[in-house]
Amino acid sequence: MSKTETDNGPDQEDLGAAGSQLSTAPTEELSVAPGLGVIGWARWFWRQLTSMRVALLLLLLLSLGAIPGSLIPQTGADLNKVDDFRKAHKTLAPIYDKLGLFHVYSSVWFSAIYILLFVSLIGCIVPRTWQFVGQLRGRPPGAPRRLTRLPAYTTWRTTAEPEQVREAALALLKKRRFRAHAAGDAIAAEKGYLRELGNLAFHIALIVLLVAFASGQLYKSDGTKLVVEGDGFSNALLQYDDFKAGSLFQNDDLVPFSFDLKDFKGTYEVTGPNRGTPRTFEAKIGYSEGAYGKEKSTTIKVNQPLHIGDSKVYLVSHGYAPVITVRDGKGKIVYKDAVPLLPLDGNVTSNGVVKVLDGYRNAQGKKEQLGFQAFFVPTFDPKSGTMLSQFPALVNPLLAVNAYHGDLGGVNAGMAQSVYQLDKTRMKAFKDGKGQLLKKLLQPGDTLTLPNGAGSLTFEKDIKEWAGFEIVQEPGSGWALGGALTAIFGLAGSLFIQRRRVWVRAVRGADGVTVVEMAGLGRSESAKVPEELGDLAGILYDQAPGAPEPDDDSTDSPVVPAEGAEK
Amino acid sequence: MTLAAATNEHLASISNTLIYSSMAVYTLAFFAYIAEWLFGSRSKVARTAAALTSEGAAKASGPAVTVKQAGGTAVLERPKVVVRSAAGARDVPDGPGAHGGDAQGDLYGRIAVSLTVLAFLVELAGVATRAASVERAPWGNMYEFNITFSTVAVGVYLGLLALKKNVRWLGLFLITTVLLDLGLAVTVLYTASDQLVPALHSYWLYIHVSTAIFCGAVFYVGAVATILYLFKDSYENKLQTGGKPGAFATSVLERLPASASLDKFAYRVNAAVFPLWTFTIIAGAIWAGDAWGRYWNWDPKETWSFITWVAYACYLHARATAGWKGRKAAYLAMIAFGCWLFNYYGVNIFVSGKHSYAGV
Repeated sequence: MSKTETDNGPDQEDLGAAGSQLSTAPTEELSVAPGLGVIGWARWFWRQLTSMRVALLLLLLLSLGAIPGSLIPQTGADLNKVDDFRKAHKTLAPIYDKLGLFHVYSSVWFSAIYILLFVSLIGCIVPRTWQFVGQLRGRPPGAPRRLTRLPAYTTWRTTAEPEQVREAALALLKKRRFRAHAAGDAIAAEKGYLRELGNLAFHIALIVLLVAFASGQLYKSDGTKLVVEGDGFSNALLQYDDFKAGSLFQNDDLVPFSFDLKDFKGTYEVTGPNRGTPRTFEAKIGYSEGAYGKEKSTTIKVNQPLHIGDSKVYLVSHGYAPVITVRDGKGKIVYKDAVPLLPLDGNVTSNGVVKVLDGYRNAQGKKEQLGFQAFFVPTFDPKSGTMLSQFPALVNPLLAVNAYHGDLGGVNAGMAQSVYQLDKTRMKAFKDGKGQLLKKLLQPGDTLTLPNGAGSLTFEKDIKEWAGFEIVQEPGSGWALGGALTAIFGLAGSLFIQRRRVWVRAVRGADGVTVVEMAGLGRSESAKVPEELGDLAGILYDQAPGAPEPDDDSTDSPVVPAEGAEK
Repeated sequence: MTLAAATNEHLASISNTLIYSSMAVYTLAFFAYIAEWLFGSRSKVARTAAALTSEGAAKASGPAVTVKQAGGTAVLERPKVVVRSAAGARDVPDGPGAHGGDAQGDLYGRIAVSLTVLAFLVELAGVATRAASVERAPWGNMYEFNITFSTVAVGVYLGLLALKKNVRWLGLFLITTVLLDLGLAVTVLYTASDQLVPALHSYWLYIHVSTAIFCGAVFYVGAVATILYLFKDSYENKLQTGGKPGAFATSVLERLPASASLDKFAYRVNAAVFPLWTFTIIAGAIWAGDAWGRYWNWDPKETWSFITWVAYACYLHARATAGWKGRKAAYLAMIAFGCWLFNYYGVNIFVSGKHSYAGV
């Protein structure tokens, strides 16, 4: 595949060897029915696969195949959307599942298309590279017998000797960085090899890009971690809240580093129709590389991840973590911690759970566990008539709590349990004096006293923020970038550089006067070739000035314009 | 409200006024182009004469050597280059342009171009004040994208004219769609001026979005040429096979450049911008690597940029493949531009993804 230029150039049979190999692009051959036998079929199949036409069809298929992935929810992008889709389309979903339409870009058929395409590409690139190397080692082909047939042609008679003209032409062409040599009575020259080089570089770069992308997918790891101000994280599998990895990833591939979140700051639009829209998010952290590295401090912003080795740390989410103190009936502190709450909307209305697992004894002195459901708004506005937050920053924070006691369930049994949910199956709600569910709205500093001397919960004035980080390791991205940049330069070379040949013939005419003929041939019909030829001819003409025309110009006039001559 | 914010509101309203003014001037330019086409259609004689002179000029450049007599000694001028056109190519001369050789038509054409320049400057000022009002690049939402896009498309057209390229025939088709684009921008897509969400705070915004807009504008110019090529090509085919195209088709199409020229123009424009489009996607991937954690996410916008890229790659390859040259390649170019359009309007409006910022 991949010659990207018009081919309606000069008819090649006419020019013989001179017009050949101006590119290494494959020749279009008609598909002859294969001979009998496995080898015949294999060869036929290979020839088809590496033909331009099939490559073109595969390219078309690739773009068609990419479409469903952009319209149907993808498991790689958003699992929830896929689940919603499955629920909404009971009949369609199983069919989509069979076709792999929920993960198009890793499906068998999509992989088949691009693997075939790349096999076709390699099957095309390898022979072309050899051919190009051959062309580089060889010399530009000699002048065709009739230069008049070439797309750009000029001639004049000169007083200079033919040898002189040829020498001057050779020097001129070499100075213009043509590859030139004398071949018989003419100079043959060629320029613009960078076009071919660019073309090959582009296609090889695409292969590098694909391999880098694929290896990145196989060796990548991707996890998230929620960190409250003052807390830290060290890069080990157990520390992650959530972790995904490619199939060839190994745990000791994780880059060793650790960091502490010193401070998180978010600013928001204060006025106008977009009031509350985030403006900046910044997380100040101190980090150290390796197991015992020196601590350095830095700031992670939304577009500015922290790079440590192959790992990148991104700031992806944020929220509030009110500090809660729980005391038992005797006033002993049984729990004091910042409790990260998960945001429910853009104004950071949040909810979460406080779990007091051990250390608490109830009024009777019996061991028990406590659970609190917390609902938090950073900006409460009584005028709004709702409990929903009116602004994402801490303007008028309010915490709503209700309390339970009993057995928190699987926690002691070692069963995995969400820290954001309360399993109330073995819990009993605290009731207020009227027998209703105990519920209280707390402002910072307020305390909820549990009935019958069961203790209390204090919403401390210090409200911390938390930041969610995504730690991504994707090896090979440097290769991908290198491939991509090479592809651009290769592409520019192959599209903008014109490969062309120039011949200069100087012979003694019948009347003893030297006749100079110059002709140019490009890969495609372009105004540049005749322009350049005119330019070269002008310079050469100064060195080999014109001789008067013979009296009767009918005898020796090579100047008959070729049929159909037209600009 | 702070004083600074008030100034910004003020600038934003100036920007809106400028955009509306530019639409008014584009409308005038539109009518001037129409007048150019109308006057051009009335004089067949002028047109034939023009065609003849241009043919004569072509012939004059044919002979390679002219002899000039100076002081009795025959001195040759510098040798001239004979150009031989490709075998098998149709020998159809380029049409004279919309004015069809008619003097009044030409006058209106010149007025139209002048008005286009004026409208372009007004629109450019509108985009600039919009940028000043939000203190950032004016590419934060579809409204801003649309007004910048049409400014750049007209800029590309005027730039080609300034380079003395024969592209005045593009004018009417271009201005019509620019008016549509602006109309859509001020009615459906209008968004009050505002700052950006943190995800867009990056210098990559300047690199990635500006090249995306520029590529779109150039692809658009290429697409217009491709459509005209398809019409002109079937017109030429009909003439060649002895058919008789309709009077209106003849009047319009005979004034356009030859189908081969249109095809070549479309190819050059598309090929020239294809590496830049590649760069746009790569710049986007680098930005995505910083903003979203992975350089390629198969986000709908990314996917459609990729589809557009593959479609244009198909077109460039098809131009070099026997059996796909000409009309089939042109259809591929149209599909590719369709992908670009869908990527812009379709993906923004119908599909939600990581590129969804600031409403639409």
